[in-house]
Parts: sequence; structure tokens; C-alpha cells
Amino acid sequence: MSKRPVILKAESVHKSYRMGATRVNVLKGADLTVHEGEFVAVIGASGSGKSTFLHILGGLDRPDQGVVSFQDRDLNRMRAWELNRYRNETVGFVFQFYHLLDELNVLENVYLPAMVSRGIPGWLGVRRAAKARARGLLEQLSLCDRARHKPYQLSGGERQRVAIGRALMNEPRLLLADEPTGNLDSATGNGILNVFEQLNGMGQTIVMVTHDERVAQRAGRVITLTDGKVKR
Amino acid sequence: MYKLTLIIRYLLKRRITHFAVLTVALCVFIVVVVMTVMSGLVGDIKQKNHAFVGDCVVGTKSLVGFPYYEELMATLEQADFVEAVAPVVKNYALLSPVGSDRSRGVEIMGVDPVRQSRTTDFAQALDYRRDDVARAFVPLYDPNTAGCILGVDLAYSRDALGGYSFSAQPARVGLTLTCFPLNARGAPARAGSSEVATRRFYYSDHSQTGLARVDDSMVYIPLDQAQALCMAGALKRVTAVHVKFRSGTSLGQGCDQTRTLWEQFKQSKQGAADSNLLDTVTVESWKEYRRTFVAPLEKEEAMLSVMFGFVGVTTVFIVFVVFYMIISHKTKDIGVLKSVGASEASIMSLFSGFAIVIGVLGAALGVSGALLFLAKINRVENWLYERFNWQLWDRTIYSIGDIPHHVEFSVLAVVVCCAIGACLIGVLVPAYGAARLRPVETLHGTQT
Repeated sequence: MSKRPVILKAESVHKSYRMGATRVNVLKGADLTVHEGEFVAVIGASGSGKSTFLHILGGLDRPDQGVVSFQDRDLNRMRAWELNRYRNETVGFVFQFYHLLDELNVLENVYLPAMVSRGIPGWLGVRRAAKARARGLLEQLSLCDRARHKPYQLSGGERQRVAIGRALMNEPRLLLADEPTGNLDSATGNGILNVFEQLNGMGQTIVMVTHDERVAQRAGRVITLTDGKVKR
Repeated sequence: MYKLTLIIRYLLKRRITHFAVLTVALCVFIVVVVMTVMSGLVGDIKQKNHAFVGDCVVGTKSLVGFPYYEELMATLEQADFVEAVAPVVKNYALLSPVGSDRSRGVEIMGVDPVRQSRTTDFAQALDYRRDDVARAFVPLYDPNTAGCILGVDLAYSRDALGGYSFSAQPARVGLTLTCFPLNARGAPARAGSSEVATRRFYYSDHSQTGLARVDDSMVYIPLDQAQALCMAGALKRVTAVHVKFRSGTSLGQGCDQTRTLWEQFKQSKQGAADSNLLDTVTVESWKEYRRTFVAPLEKEEAMLSVMFGFVGVTTVFIVFVVFYMIISHKTKDIGVLKSVGASEASIMSLFSGFAIVIGVLGAALGVSGALLFLAKINRVENWLYERFNWQLWDRTIYSIGDIPHHVEFSVLAVVVCCAIGACLIGVLVPAYGAARLRPVETLHGTQT
């Protein structure tokens, strides 16, 4: 067991969805403990509730039952504004389909989280620093020459790197990745995983869900989600 | 800050937003143009009616008239709120050119030209005697004959552009007016050997009030001639006394005070000869007195406002549809924004702000277009007439000069506020729906 402090803890998380007339129980008491600096892969078959679990960990969704706490703070008890702040400052999301905003260029997509948390006066105060950080991230992700490009002008791998840059913009304590290589060819996906390894090497805590065991093996720890529960 | 950035980008990149702006602009354009023209016409008609009768009328609908008007005028003239008063005799007569057996029915109005000019815009409506109104009934060509003033459309025909070709001097035209004089009991009085009274006048001037019905059928003659032609009896009578208030006196206040003075006057005449005729007299403001001409227009204006209310509803619906479509295409963006910490209120304000920008741009575009169009509206109408022989208002029928194009700032302000308000109302439901979207639903399985 790691001696590093626990950063994220999920206990007996239940979640169900209504699909037409039937209710589908997706999570049936899933547990997870993530220590600071860990790179955890959650693996499971398609439809096993991996993405739902990740969204609950990131405060994008609320569980029907169970507790999710970040550094001992229960996400369920957070007010709406606190949860927004949690998603803005503490968590960074990387999605399978990148989800970049088409109207913004690469640089703007990266510094979007810095803009979202501020009004016009606040943004004007930090604009230079935020742009510099976004450029630094793009450099780190080898996308410097793509800063002014629009998402549709980029390849899948480049888009995913932009999405990683966006996720890292506000220096989050936790990076949550939902099938980050699911939409990429193996070589490009490998490049993305290299980036994750580098970030983890620098101390970034990462939780990644995937259905691909080979991808999951790149993480420091792999847990399996089966039948709505974490199999140890 | 991201909201401003996204609003600008959505506006520039999304063609559908251009249609939304265009829709708002067109609605604003139509409303501003039509309201300006309509309210201009209504305002013009009101102003002309006001100018025609003065501020207040103490009068009777009966053609018999009422006596003691000179004492009434003296009483009114002593009141500090009254600037001027003028006696008037109104009646109907047959007008026929001397030597012709053709005649037509006209209204006659017996006036004292000097008093009438002090009370109304009588002098300004004249052509030859505008600056010498005391001699309005003296023909330039023969000072010894009795003159009459014809409504301009009785004397001249309007050309297609609404203009007249006046001669430098009034033509020597003799006219006969035939009338049934009424005695104080309202019965036809025998005038000489006949029950009709006939007098000859010579055309001395014409009057252009801008009121089609007046200019087309009114013949003005001296007050005493009208009394002799239309009335019989020992006491001189008039059908109305027109009153002009001093500046600073409100219409309501002036009419109330006039009404009080009239009641006192009537009381003082109880038991006097023919005092029963005073019972038919009413005191009315010019708006009440001319309501048969003004009220329908006001009604039309109000109906037009209601119709534009429907235009507003249409705008709301169009904006709703446009935003519903935009938001349907932007669910992924909403999910992304929520994933990076945007609140529901922030998403709502993003789309509300977007709606305001569309409203402001549409309104600005619509107002600019409307101002430009209104500035050129008469030129456009002339061009249409010259090119296609088509007129919006046939000047041979409608007694208007230029199409009104003076834009009221208050109308503009209301229209612009309504346009922005319509956009805001239109966006409320879609924006609320967007704000309530669960990011999980929008982010799961949609590909960029």
C-alpha cells in the first residue's frame, strides 16, 4: 500500500439510469482509493460504467448512493459553486472525443479553463500569464506551431494533446481521462500515453478509464470494474 | 470573459445567427417605418384639426345656433386663461357659379376673419390675404364686392404630387350661395318672398387647412353675411364660439374653466328670450369636437400597435427557434464548459448575452435601415410614381403633402427595447434548457 496521502476516495458508489421503462443499475457499490501522484487505470468492458464512475469522481455527475471525497471533502455535500470550482481548479478532464470548442483556436481552447473562472476584469489581470502558461503547455505537448489553428485543422492525436493541455491549464491536482486513446490509432495513442507517463513522472495524479488492457498496463495500478463493482 | 469570446465567435461563425440578426432587423425596420409614417400622419391630422378649431369650442350641433354670444365672448375674454375667442356660424348651402344652373352642396362657415385668425390658424391657411386677414373677404380685383373664401379643393384641382397651380391673382368668379334661414324655433323662416335666402359672393381667396373634408366642401363668408343667410330672428345667433387658451394652460384645465364660466353664463341668462337655445350648447375640447375625424385614426394607430405586438410575438418565436437550433448544435460545448467549471447561471448568461447581442445588432441594423429609408421615403415614392406611375397615397385623393418621416426618439427607444426584450424572451427557454443540461449526457459518445 502506498504511503502517499489519499487524494480521492469513492466508497460504495451506486448509480442507475432510466432507459425507457427500465432502470439500469450501472454502478452497484464501486469503491476506489487514489493516492497522490498515482496513475490508476480503471478497466472494464464496454457499458460497465467506467465513464459514469469517472464523471462521478470528477463532479460532473452525482451518485445515487455512496460517498466520493476529494482530500476528505465529500463532493455530495459541496454546493453548486464549490463543485464548479472543483471542476475548474482541482480536476482536469480528457475525453475520448477530445471535445474541443470549434469556434476557438488551439491556444484559446487551452486557456479556456482560466477564462471560465474569471470575469472580464479578472481575466484582464491574468491574461498575459494565462496565455504564457498555455503556450508553455503547447510547447510541452509539441504543439507550438499549431497555436493559431482551429481544431478541425488538427489530427486526432494533436486534438487529444490540445485536450490534455486544456485539462492541465489550471494545474489540477487530479487528471481524469476517459478512454483517451479510444479514438486514436495505436501509434498516436502510444504518444498520448507517453505524455501521461511524463506527467505522472512529474507528480501528476491520473485516473484513466479504458477498455484496452494494453493501454491499462501503462498505468501504475490497474483496477477492474465488473458488474458495477471494483474487482480487486 | 469566455462568454464574450464565445458570443463573438458564435456570431461570426454561425450563419444561422446572421439570420436571427436579419430577422430582428427586418422586424425593427418595418415597425419603425410604419409607426413613424402612421404616427406622423395621425399627429399631422391632429395638429391640423387643432389648428382648425382652436383649443376649445362652446357650441351647439343645432343649426339654429344660440344667442347672447357677444356677452359670452366678453365674459371669456376677461378670463385670464383665455387668449382669444371667435364666433362662428356653420350651416349648409348650395353653391353655384353665377350664370350656371349647376350647383353643389357645401358647408358654409361664417367667421370674423381677425378674431378667427387670433383663435385658429385661419390666416395661415389663406393664400392671397394671409398677411392682411382683415381684408380676407375683400376680393383683390374689386374691393366693393362681397368676398368669400373657398376651400382649396373647391377652387383648384390637385396634381398627382399633391400640389396646386395657383394663379398670382384670384380669378374673378361670382358664386351664389343658397340657404334655408332658420328662426329661433328651428323652423324655416321666410326670407323676402321665398323660404330660401340667396346671396352672391365673389371668390376672394382660398383656404388650405390640409383637412380633406374641409378643403373640399367649406366656403367661408363674413359672419354677418352668414347670420343673414342662415338665421332669422331678433337676436343674432352663432353656432359656436371657438376659444384659444393662453400658453401654459393645459387643455383639460382650460376646458374645465370654460365649462364653469359657461354654466355661470347660462344661469345668468335664465328666463331671457330664446334662453332655451342655450341648453343645446356644450363645451368641448378640440379633440372632443373633432373626434369623428381624429378618433378613427387613433383607433387605427392603436390597432396597428396591436398588430405590431403580433410581429413582436413572431420575433420571439423566430429567436426561440434559432436559439433552440443553436443550442441543439452546441450541447457538446455546454458539456465542455461545465466540465471546466462553468456554472448553470454562467451558461444561461452566455446564451442570454448572445440574445442581447443579436437583439442590439438587429435593432441597430433595423433602425439604421429605417432611418435611411425614411430619409428617402418621399424620393422613393416620387421615383415609383415617375417610373411606374404608382403612388402609395394618391394625392388627388389624400390631402397630404410629403409622407411623414420625422422619427420620434421615444418611438425608437421603445422599438429597440422591445426588440432586445423579444430576443431575451425568445432565448429564455432554450437557455434554461442549456443550463440544465447534464454534461454527462452531452459529452458521452459525441465525436468532434
